[in-house]
Amino acid sequence: MSAPTYDLGTLHGGLRLDAHKGASTRMPMQTMPIPERLVLPLDQHVGEAATPVVAAGDRVLRGQLIARQSGAIGAAVHASTSGTVVAIEPRPVARRHGDPAPCIVLESDGEDRAVEPAKTPGSPGETRPEQLAARILDGGIVGLGGAVFPTAAKLADARSAGLDTLILNGVECEPWISCDDTLMRERADAIVAGGRLLLEVLGIDTAYLAVESDKPEALDALADALGRSGDERFRLKQVPTIYPSGAEDQLVQLVANREVPSGGLPTDAGCLVQNVGTAAAVYDWIERGEPLISRITTVTGPGVANPMNVLVRLGTPVADVIAFAGGYTDAARHLVIGGSMTGKSMSTDRVPVVKGTNCILVLTEARSSGAVRACIRCGECAAVCPIRLLPQQLHWFAAADDESALREHGLLDCIECGCCDLVCPSHLPLTTTFRSAKARIRELEDEKARARRARRRFEARRERLAREEETLSADLDRQKRVAKSAGADAIAEIMRRKRRQDDD
Amino acid sequence: MEFERLEAPYGRPSTSVDRVMLEVLLALVPATAAYTWFFGPGLILNMLVATLFCTGGEALLLSLRGKPVAAGLSDYTAVVTAVLLAFALPPLTPWWVTASGSLFAIVVAKHLYGGLGHNLFNPAMAGYVVILVSFPGEMAFWLAPGMGDIDYTHPTLLQTAGYTLTGSLPAGLAYDALARATPLDLMQSGLADMRTVAEVRALPLMGDFGGRGWEWIGNFIAIGGGWLLLRKVIRWQIPLGVILGLLVPATLMYLVDAGSHPSPGFHLFSGATLLCAFFIATDPVSAATSPAGRLVYGVGIGLIIYAVRRWGAYADGVAFAVLFMNMLVPLIDRYTQPRIVGHGSAAGDRAG
Repeated sequence: MSAPTYDLGTLHGGLRLDAHKGASTRMPMQTMPIPERLVLPLDQHVGEAATPVVAAGDRVLRGQLIARQSGAIGAAVHASTSGTVVAIEPRPVARRHGDPAPCIVLESDGEDRAVEPAKTPGSPGETRPEQLAARILDGGIVGLGGAVFPTAAKLADARSAGLDTLILNGVECEPWISCDDTLMRERADAIVAGGRLLLEVLGIDTAYLAVESDKPEALDALADALGRSGDERFRLKQVPTIYPSGAEDQLVQLVANREVPSGGLPTDAGCLVQNVGTAAAVYDWIERGEPLISRITTVTGPGVANPMNVLVRLGTPVADVIAFAGGYTDAARHLVIGGSMTGKSMSTDRVPVVKGTNCILVLTEARSSGAVRACIRCGECAAVCPIRLLPQQLHWFAAADDESALREHGLLDCIECGCCDLVCPSHLPLTTTFRSAKARIRELEDEKARARRARRRFEARRERLAREEETLSADLDRQKRVAKSAGADAIAEIMRRKRRQDDD
Repeated sequence: MEFERLEAPYGRPSTSVDRVMLEVLLALVPATAAYTWFFGPGLILNMLVATLFCTGGEALLLSLRGKPVAAGLSDYTAVVTAVLLAFALPPLTPWWVTASGSLFAIVVAKHLYGGLGHNLFNPAMAGYVVILVSFPGEMAFWLAPGMGDIDYTHPTLLQTAGYTLTGSLPAGLAYDALARATPLDLMQSGLADMRTVAEVRALPLMGDFGGRGWEWIGNFIAIGGGWLLLRKVIRWQIPLGVILGLLVPATLMYLVDAGSHPSPGFHLFSGATLLCAFFIATDPVSAATSPAGRLVYGVGIGLIIYAVRRWGAYADGVAFAVLFMNMLVPLIDRYTQPRIVGHGSAAGDRAG
């Protein structure tokens, strides 16, 4: 059994927030029955949307591939249960805040028959890392911490980057969310086993399991699981309960005491960060042949009658999950997918649970009650910024649309954690301002790139025209010279031919 | 079910501008009580006059600028300006002097620069400097502290109110009988008359460190300031900067020649040093905003205070120091931007 260690790097700023996690972890994880209809979006991940390999009317089995990965960065989608594909059409999705995007709609036959598991490779000891990596690609596995980056692509990048440290992220620092906590309590062995597979794929020997200090049960469960596995390569690290210690770059800073360079990835600091849920999903797929077709999601908030953690088949409508958790309370006003700091606000509960749905949060009140005032430059935002930005200055430059000052002051390094909003005495929507300023800068970049391309095209055309004119005049000169040297007879002959042409 | 969409984050800020300002006002209660104890009710009357004209000016300018008046007044920033200005005034100050300072502070220094959050200069100090140079006689009318053993009769509340309203002393009270130099004045004129610091410090108005009474007020200002630090309403950089900027040169000079340079304790507990360190220089709007910049800003103020006290024509230099450093704020902020995480040498360093 390995005890948690505490030697940590430092994180600037951050906030101690009310965690609100007790409500959803009061009872053990529940399992939701399979609904009659499942809606599986083709675009549940970062990268290109998957391409359907089934058509309306097709019968499918649980775990069967229904949309294959397309593009270099993408992920496959599998049927969450057995049944019939009834449509492939746009439906409301969480990634678009409730606006529609293409989905495969599946009608359950109630039998939940599994597809014949594809041949799994032997025990991990004999498996070559390449084979494992290729196999992970087929499992449709993406980062389950919320970023939904395709795991296979992340691993491929990491393998080529040459890193030395794997960090399994069980920090779960955002308020309200407790699905990772639940997973760590209930399936610690699967997490450790998944972590061992990831180490094998990466070919490295150092792994940290990072868990926030407010999750003693999870820490105990993981310590026990590590003891059972006897794997000496893993170290359990307890990180302080300060938001956003679980954000990727910030966790690298805390656990490995390394800074991820601006614009870079943790791999640039020699680290790969994977959510504990992702590790468990890798284990489920490699060792048990079950692709990513279900996940634990936290359904909670003052707008939900019975907050809980629930194991849900992907594609289950959020409205069904909320009904399973006792339905809405009278005070329910806002639906958020994710936590209260970075979650996405939905226009409708008809969106389905997808790979990245870590939390369904129903809130009762609007964001802010006090008046919005001018910035008084108190600098509290700078005190809590984990990136050490000066939001009070960025706010000023954003209002002036001063792109170079925004860049100089690190706008593009902003991780949109929302800490500055929560300490602003003027109640300014800083994160929203920065989000749109970033979008505006990207837009300008696109515009500039387009303008550059247009200019290049224009210049090329001008050169081409000049060249053509030169050739033309050279031709003409040559003809004149030829005509002159040929003498009067030739000219008369040419004139005759010309007249004949005119007569025709 | 359909919902209204919001933007993350969804939590509520735990504080507000009006609460911050109320906390600043609350932190000044001990100092106000001490000041009133030693110098009579003049401060309270000045506060009332200043608050009337500051909030009146604020309301007028808000409505002229087409801004909601009630919402603008409810942030209490005009009251804080008024109270800080009142602290800078002699206990007996005619109302029009206070009103002039208040209106200049709010109308010119604050609203003509764009209102809350946009003013380059500290409004209270800008207002104070205007009346300091416009009404030098009135601004030199300081009293002696009521300490029991000092032979001195304080004006009553009624007499104080009468002077505040009319600008003339009631029958039986003579200007010369009431007016006393401040400890800083005494020190400056004493040293100019070739006396030693020890001789000046032996005068009856002098206390353990600064002037009698004044040093007690200083303690109560520090208590309020300490509370603001604990509540994180203000941060340590500016107070420490001001105190270091003043005390380092004061200590060096004192060590070199204690006969003609008062002790660092005298500087700390005289004039407006502590009020400046905790309440004036910490006005966030007109101060530098990066953590390192605030230290630089504070040190600059401290150094200028020392320079004015030592070499200047005025006995104290807080207002000039603050206004001068206000001008340097954009420059300071430009060169004190913190190293952004992921930039510079530490980024990507695996040795960590």
